[in-house]
Amino acid sequence: MKFVENVKPDVTTDIVYMMCPMHLLKLEEQMKELDQGQILEIITDYDGALEDIPAWCEKTGNEFLGMEDVGDFFKFYIKKLKR
Amino acid sequence: MKKYYFDHVATNPLHPDVLEAMMPYLKEEFGNPLSVYEYGMRAKQAIEDARGNVAGLINSKPAEIIFTSSGAEANNFALRGIALARQNEGKHILVSRMEHHSILNSARFLEKSGFAVTYLPVDKKGFVDPDVVKKAITKETTLISVIHASSEVGTIEPIKEIVKVAKEKNISVHTDAVASTGNIPVDVKDLGVDLLSMAAHQFYGPKGAAALHVKQGTRIVPLIYGGIQESGRRAGTENVPAIVGMGKAAEMAVEKMRSRMDHLIPLRDRIIDTMSGTENVHLTGDREQRLPGHASFCVEYIEGEAMLLMLAAKGIFSASGSACSSKALKASPVLLSMGIPSSLAQGSIVFTLGEENTSEDVDYLLNEFPAVIKRLREISPYAQGWGDREEGGECTVKE
Repeated sequence: MKFVENVKPDVTTDIVYMMCPMHLLKLEEQMKELDQGQILEIITDYDGALEDIPAWCEKTGNEFLGMEDVGDFFKFYIKKLKR
Repeated sequence: MKKYYFDHVATNPLHPDVLEAMMPYLKEEFGNPLSVYEYGMRAKQAIEDARGNVAGLINSKPAEIIFTSSGAEANNFALRGIALARQNEGKHILVSRMEHHSILNSARFLEKSGFAVTYLPVDKKGFVDPDVVKKAITKETTLISVIHASSEVGTIEPIKEIVKVAKEKNISVHTDAVASTGNIPVDVKDLGVDLLSMAAHQFYGPKGAAALHVKQGTRIVPLIYGGIQESGRRAGTENVPAIVGMGKAAEMAVEKMRSRMDHLIPLRDRIIDTMSGTENVHLTGDREQRLPGHASFCVEYIEGEAMLLMLAAKGIFSASGSACSSKALKASPVLLSMGIPSSLAQGSIVFTLGEENTSEDVDYLLNEFPAVIKRLREISPYAQGWGDREEGGECTVKE
């Protein structure tokens, strides 16, 4: 797992306490809204996202910048590469 | 014998237009809203249309509406969901003594789970004082829940003022607006609340559909785990017909709110003015800040249950205390919290009017009710007072 700090996201989506697979549905929905090169931050408490979000990025050709563990929640950073 | 229904705060009849809107979803439109093919897509669209109408009723946004199965579920969800979501910031919540059992029992559950709960006192008309709220707040407080309008005494609480106090300390505010939404203007932005519960059957919609407004950006722990319905916040295949009915009832409530209120207020005032002038009958709740169709009293030396039964024999259907307290045959905690002695609280009676009630219905009630009181008082062993059963102190509802 790649860990990062102080990433400045363009858009933040808070899905804390929302059930699986909202982390993938929201990710897809939000990424459609972003412009190429912009960064999305997803805040979640769902530990399944640790595997799912990097795997989604690889599958869709977007860049997984890394994550930050802030105690109760995880923050994931994804850079949009493909339209 | 003609029936006179004066218990609209218990529930309302389904409006025929609401039933008509629901019918296709009880028959041919049976799809699961999560299905990707056309049946599912049409069911999903119906739910989203309803969500828009419900949001419109309370000036919320569609994304802020979470459908639930009942007002009680919405109340449980709000209290437990916010208390748990914010427990790392503090484990203290405030609820008023005017609350419905779905709030009080959720608060008791939280107490057993290690939270501290302060039960806010009320004055003799049932009002929560914002200054009392301010004094009850601690560094640990994360949530305040105060009912918008009491179903038992009709009092409308000063929610806006309570929100002002709470927002100074970054405390979430929930209001149980089940009795008020659809019956009086309710605006979440004007009130400033973070969460608000409502139920469709309180405004001529079906049972089985209700909603919790959750302000955007509010984290809430789900009550029911499962799939991604309601944005992953409330699992379970949606009750599509009931939700469609709620949407239609909400749309109609917006259209008819003013005319319904204009119809109900004079009828209510006639009942209050006439009965308040009767000996040993006391209005409960506030005279002005009360629900439009709500007239509630305590009658001295008579038991509420006896009045209910005798009135029912005359075709008049009403309530004593709250619907649940009446079944439990005990003095309503709400009335006791207002300082009404338990002997007097036993004589509680609540008439709640709806759009189908007429001036003639009220004539009939005002003719029969005093006769019922007279008859019961003649046979009451306590007609001259409760004797040893009288509690100390004078009756606080006496002016």
